[in-house]
Amino acid sequence: MSAATASKDVAKGSGIYSKAGSLSSERRWALWTAYASLILATIIFLAPPVYMFITSLKGSAEIANMQGNPWLVRNPTAENYTALLGNTMFLRFFLNSFIITGLVVLITMVISVLAAFALARMRFFGSQFLATGVFLTYLVPDTLLFIPLYQIVGGLGLLNSIWGLVLVYPTLTVPFCTWIMIGYFASIPKELDEAALIDGANWMQMLTKIFIPVAMPGIIAATIFAFTVSWAAFVYPTAFVTTPDQMPLTIGIVSQLVRADTFAWGQIMAGALLAALPPVVIYAFLMDYYIAGLTAGATKG
Amino acid sequence: MAQVSLRKIVKMYEGDVQAVKGIDLEIEDHEFVVLVGPSGCGKSTTLRMIAGLEEISSGDIAIGGTVVNDIPPRDRDIAMVFQNYALYPHMSVFDNMAFGLTLRKFPKAEIKRRVDEAARILDITPLLDRKPKALSGGQRQRVAMGRAIVRDPKVFLFDEPLSNLDAKLRVQMRTEIKKVHQTVRTTTVYVTHDQVEAMTLADRVVVMNQGLIEQVGPPQELYHHPATRFVAGFIGSPAMNFLPARVENGAVHLPGGAVLPIPEARRARYAGAPGMDLLFGIRPEHLTDHRPGLPNRADITITPEVIEPMGMETLAHFHLGEARDCCARLEPTVLAEPNVPIVLSADMNNMHLLDAKSGRVL
Repeated sequence: MSAATASKDVAKGSGIYSKAGSLSSERRWALWTAYASLILATIIFLAPPVYMFITSLKGSAEIANMQGNPWLVRNPTAENYTALLGNTMFLRFFLNSFIITGLVVLITMVISVLAAFALARMRFFGSQFLATGVFLTYLVPDTLLFIPLYQIVGGLGLLNSIWGLVLVYPTLTVPFCTWIMIGYFASIPKELDEAALIDGANWMQMLTKIFIPVAMPGIIAATIFAFTVSWAAFVYPTAFVTTPDQMPLTIGIVSQLVRADTFAWGQIMAGALLAALPPVVIYAFLMDYYIAGLTAGATKG
Repeated sequence: MAQVSLRKIVKMYEGDVQAVKGIDLEIEDHEFVVLVGPSGCGKSTTLRMIAGLEEISSGDIAIGGTVVNDIPPRDRDIAMVFQNYALYPHMSVFDNMAFGLTLRKFPKAEIKRRVDEAARILDITPLLDRKPKALSGGQRQRVAMGRAIVRDPKVFLFDEPLSNLDAKLRVQMRTEIKKVHQTVRTTTVYVTHDQVEAMTLADRVVVMNQGLIEQVGPPQELYHHPATRFVAGFIGSPAMNFLPARVENGAVHLPGGAVLPIPEARRARYAGAPGMDLLFGIRPEHLTDHRPGLPNRADITITPEVIEPMGMETLAHFHLGEARDCCARLEPTVLAEPNVPIVLSADMNNMHLLDAKSGRVL
């Protein structure tokens, strides 16, 4: 019996060693799979913007020409860009988008930081229930909400106005941002507020001097989210805005550059690319802070 | 600086859980009092009630003669040091220490003077520009203490401040805390579960158990004259031995037939003992190798199960009848071996007799 056990042990042992020996090949395999899927994903996600960029450099004749490889530009031209940037209506869309997004991000962050602080730290009757309620409202899609909201916005006399959009966009951003901030605030050790309380801080000072600086990564994440949602919103402006002077970029481009069945493809692509620029810049700029914040976020002692 | 009075303090949590069951305690001005006890004994809750971080269910807490039950923490003029330091991670060491003074709108020059002074006392002057994450555990704890010192409060509260440090640093910081207290003389309430910390730091130790105070007294008194079995067993390491015993004819009878005569001076004290169910309590250091000829010594034969040579002493673990986990401290020169019977000498001047039912020391 002992001999049998011994031989079994040896077998087991060799099994372990053979596995250990294959560790590097397993790692190589994992790396290959990772690279392959990442490259595939990159191609899928980058193909549309690249095609947009290529198309935006073509004249209408070249776009309409079905001969040849559509991924190549034969006569590059900047005419689509100059036409757009010379068009006051397009600049108006840009300005509208900036005004709306700026105000929405501001409103969202003020509401969600205050709400999250109260829900995460001030234990009061129903705070748990409210926190869950805030999240549930996020689960209702805007495609369901825009009809009743049309009534409300109409009742307020804000139809066909960027102010109506500034009012309704926070319904998309506030719940999720509040939820992010609740999570961040909850991760701050309780002793930190207690230390601040003893040091003489009131609730507002605790929020502004301790919680907001410590939760900066969370605030930036929420800001990025609010910016992206607000910049890219499509359903609400489609429903609530009718004249070009009140339109944000998203619907301005599709409604004004498509005339009946005439598509100004070159300008549409150039416009879409220009419209995508601010989020890219915001991400690139804030991501540095975001990552710096993450690595510096030594909340634990 | 001020005294702190706790009068019939009760803390009830939801579901009628009583964390603190009506305690009375007077802490004198300049005194260093340590609350010690096992986890869940109510010591931290008591400290947090003094700080104002927990509401008091009933009773009164007075700091410097003023009842503070309904006064928020910031107006109680206390400072607290937490187990995990609770430093503000985004502020430099200087700002961490200055925060309380800035909120109280102290003039800049005064803030700087106080922070510099505290930094000098704690030897952290070179660290003032650093962020907490660039500090070691011991340095963080110094900063946390500095934050308390600069406020010059009436009372310092420490909530297990050394528990996150490694053993060596803990001993070092313990000395540091004692030194700081000898310098600033602020009334201090210190919570720990470590009886060594309690013994070394305290002017008076408060031993708590299950929401009640078991005994209050200077460390030496608690060590030599414990009032209850809990205190006798909690203070001292290795813990006191408890052996079931009877008293007859002026001697303690132990299981296994050992008879230990009670010293003359103690006879009167144990007059009521005969006939009672008793525990014989004796510390390991009073159960030593055989030393014939010394007064008030009694012989007792044991069979060690495990011998632990510690260098400066040798611990012999044994059991006697039903009493398990008994321990004796022998001179390192004694050649004791496991499972070989050995005669020990019990120092009867330092024995204790306890009522087995109530746990009270007679």
